[in-house]
This record gives sequence, structure tokens and C-alpha cells, in this order.
Amino acid sequence: MQIVRHLQKHTKSYEKSGPEKKLVHSLFYGLVGMTFFLIIWVVVGYFVFRRPGYEQFSGFMPLPAVNALFGLLFEKEFWVSVVASLRRIGVGILIAFLFGLPTGLLIGFYWKLRMITNTPFQFIRMISPLSWMPIALLLFNEFESAIYFLITMATVWPIIMNTSFGVSRVNPHWIKMALNQGATNRQLILHIVLPASIPYILTSLRLALGVAWIVLVPVEFLGISSGLGYIINDARDTLEYDRLMAVVLAIGIVGFLLDATIRQIRQLFRWTWVS
Amino acid sequence: MKIRIEHLCKSYNLPGNENLPVLHDINLSIKSGDFVVILGASGSGKSTFLSLLAGLTTPTSGKIWVQENEGPEKEITAPHPSRALLFQQPSLLPWLTVAGNIAFGCKIRGEGNDLSYQVNQFIEMMGLYEFAQTHPPKLSVGMAQRVCLARALIGHPKALLLDEPFGSLDTLNRTHLQQELINIWMGERFTAVFVTHDIEEALLLGNRIVLLGGRPSTVKDVFDIPLDYPRSLEDDSFFETKKDILKAFRCAIANECD
Repeated sequence: MQIVRHLQKHTKSYEKSGPEKKLVHSLFYGLVGMTFFLIIWVVVGYFVFRRPGYEQFSGFMPLPAVNALFGLLFEKEFWVSVVASLRRIGVGILIAFLFGLPTGLLIGFYWKLRMITNTPFQFIRMISPLSWMPIALLLFNEFESAIYFLITMATVWPIIMNTSFGVSRVNPHWIKMALNQGATNRQLILHIVLPASIPYILTSLRLALGVAWIVLVPVEFLGISSGLGYIINDARDTLEYDRLMAVVLAIGIVGFLLDATIRQIRQLFRWTWVS
Repeated sequence: MKIRIEHLCKSYNLPGNENLPVLHDINLSIKSGDFVVILGASGSGKSTFLSLLAGLTTPTSGKIWVQENEGPEKEITAPHPSRALLFQQPSLLPWLTVAGNIAFGCKIRGEGNDLSYQVNQFIEMMGLYEFAQTHPPKLSVGMAQRVCLARALIGHPKALLLDEPFGSLDTLNRTHLQQELINIWMGERFTAVFVTHDIEEALLLGNRIVLLGGRPSTVKDVFDIPLDYPRSLEDDSFFETKKDILKAFRCAIANECD
């Protein structure tokens, strides 16, 4: 019970603090976390890559990696690759969203549909997205289309699952009220279920984005000539480990910024779960 | 709207194939323009009864008939906006403003003529003018319940079903809203069915009180309340009627009446 009281006390005091204080807290603790991350990186790098015979891997250390990252910022190829990777993620998630959102809404709303789809969806969901790679290459003539397919296959499941979960969490009084006011099933979905599920849909987008970044690098190893995954593969082949590590950092930074953007959008829809 | 209830029974299936009878053989006639209060202890199936009248729940057996303006009697099989329901807890949509919530039903039914004018009228009637563009999380429970009342009334329902709507309000707000409800009912003369466990509230509002009791619940008694509106807790006649009903209420709860 003491632990619960302790948690409640600290959560409440944080929730009550103003936006400026929250920002200071967020920056301060973020900085502390990043300092720890850097220390671990230096320590592990020192013990692993400074051993005799491993000197050629010193590019993985923080200083060469950060230097290489600054170098990358002035390379056109890097920015072309960033745009290409973002486009692939954007298109892949968009296709997944266009299919996953209505599917999630419908299977959340109609329990019979949920029962029918549950087993096959759970089965397909468990298959690693990368294991679709050979099938994708057979199905599509272009590597680009195969990449879209793989990112879609990886991201569609969190969108479907979270959206249908959001639908199942809709306040039953809202449904009863809308039915009492004469709403049809279509109106229920559009005017109650969809807006009430927005926080869950945005959470599903956050999860989809995380999964998309995970699969992006291996799928960009396919026969293409742009993308952050491609640069990593290229740097590995040319033994430029500082460049490889710089792209890893770039992936982390871009992913962090995208996630922060979705978090900010989610804040706009806070009303949905306040009531 | 006239409401006629015939041999109404409702039971719920519980996990493990267990059957829980809630209402048993309810027979009741409600005249058009009546203010009927369903009085019963907690767990006596009052909310289930109202849900059946709203068409949100289907009866296990028995039927409920409604009749509008001397037209043909129709059996209740589904919800209909002509029987507006007000819940115990405010059921406002947090992504809509107060005005948006009030207009919600009319919008989905496509009743758009002069809608903003009507919404403004109801906002003013409920004393919510300053809060028209406010979102529900910023409203007090009393204000939120007023918005719900406005939303129920804007479609000019023939029957208003109220499920202990003032139960979570403080005394001051409750008294105020009870008075407002009576004023609106006397102006519009819709049929009102109000569920409560509070005898004083039942006596302040209803021109008929239906006493539910027993397990499963059935109609134990029906009282016609001949008191004039507005009613006051201090009146002698109010006090005498309250004593009679309290006696019957105790009998119904104890299940010892003849």
C-alpha cells in the first residue's frame, strides 16, 4: 500500500504542475537519461572496441559517430535517403491505415465479425513481417512496391488491434444515448465510435511508427539505391563504421521527432479520455 | 403519448446458465400527459423498466404499447427519439461543445430547420448561455445534466423517461432542477416517467406514483397524488401523503403487505 501511496502522491504532484514546470522536468530528466545513455555507450565501446584486434571498429564510438553525423548533414545523398525512407514509411503506414482503420472499427463494432476474424488475424499477426520478404519479391516487380508491402504488413496489425480495442472501450452510455436519439448503425460508427476511438487510433499510429522503423532498415537492404537502411548496408560493405553508426543515430533522431509529433497531436484530443 | 404495459417480465442470463428474474408480470397504463414516478428500492429493477420503455432492452415476455394522438397502438420494439431518455449520469459527448451536444440528436435525424435558434433557446432556458461553447469536462454535474435535459427536450419528445437524473446532485441543484422540470412539463405536457428511490422527490414531481417491490419486482401499489403544483415539503397535505406512501413503501420492501 505504501508503494501505491507513494506513486499516487508523485503522479498527482506532477499532474498538478504547470506546463512550464512540466517542460523543465521533461528536459531535465531527458538530459539525465541521455547522459546515462552516453556513459553506457562510452564504457561499452571502450571495453569492446578498444581491445587488441578490434581497433578497426572504433568508428562505433560516440565521437567518430557524431563527427560522421555532422558530415552526413552536408551530404545530398543522406537527405535523399531520409526523404526516401520517410516516403516509404509514410506510404506503408498510409496503406495500413486505410485498410486497418475501417477494419478495426468494424470488428470492434460487430462482435460476429470480431469472432470470425480473430483466429486468422492472430495467426497472421504472429508471422514476422520480414518472413514475407521472399513472397513480396515474387509478388511485386519493383523493389519499391515490395518495401511498401512489407511495411504495410508490419504496421497494419497494431492499427487494427488498437482501433478495435478503442471501439470496445467506448462508453456504453454514449451508444445508448445515440440509439435513443435515433442514430443508425452507420451514424453510431461515424458520430460516436470514431471520435471516441481517436486516442486509441493515435496510439495505434505511434505503435505502427515504431514497428515501421524497426522493419525499415532490413527491408531497405533489398536491391534499392537510397534510404537509411541502404546507407547502413553500404557503410558496412565499405567498412565505414563511423558512417554506419551516424545513420543509426539519424534513424533514432528522426524516429524520436516523428513520435514526439504524434504525441503532440494526441494531446489535442485529450478531451476524449478526460470525460 | 399513452403507454400500456401488459404482463411485462424481464430476466437476465447470468454466467453459468443462471437466470435472474428482475421484473415480473408488470401491468400498467400511463395516460398521455401524466407525470408518473416509479418508486422502488435500489436493485428493484427501476432502471431496467425504463430501459424497456425506451426500447433499449427487449422484454423476456409481455408487451409494451404506445399510442400517439389517438393513432394506432404500436408495440415498442426498438429505441425511438419520441421517447427521450435521460440517464442517471450525464452522457455528454466530450468532443462536442454544450451547443453541439444539445443539437446532436436533431443533427443525426436531419432536423436542421432553425436548429441554431432552437439550440440557443434551450441554452438560455437552462441558464447555460456563458457555456455554449464549453466542452463537457469543464462543466459541473448539475450543468451537464441540464445539457442532457436540453438535448432530450429539443426534439419535442412525446414521452420523457428519466432514470434518477438528479441522484448525483447536491440538494440545492436538485431542488432547482426538479422545479425547472415541472415547469417544462407543465408547459409542454409530454408524458413523463421518472424513476427514483426518494419518496420526497416522487411526491414533489409525480401526479401518480407506482410502487415497485418484491423479488422479482412487481407493481405493489399505485397512488394518485391530488396535490397542486408547485408542491412544498412544508405543506400538511404533502406530509400526510408522504406518511401513507412511506408505510406502503416499507411494506413493499419487507414484502409483508397483503
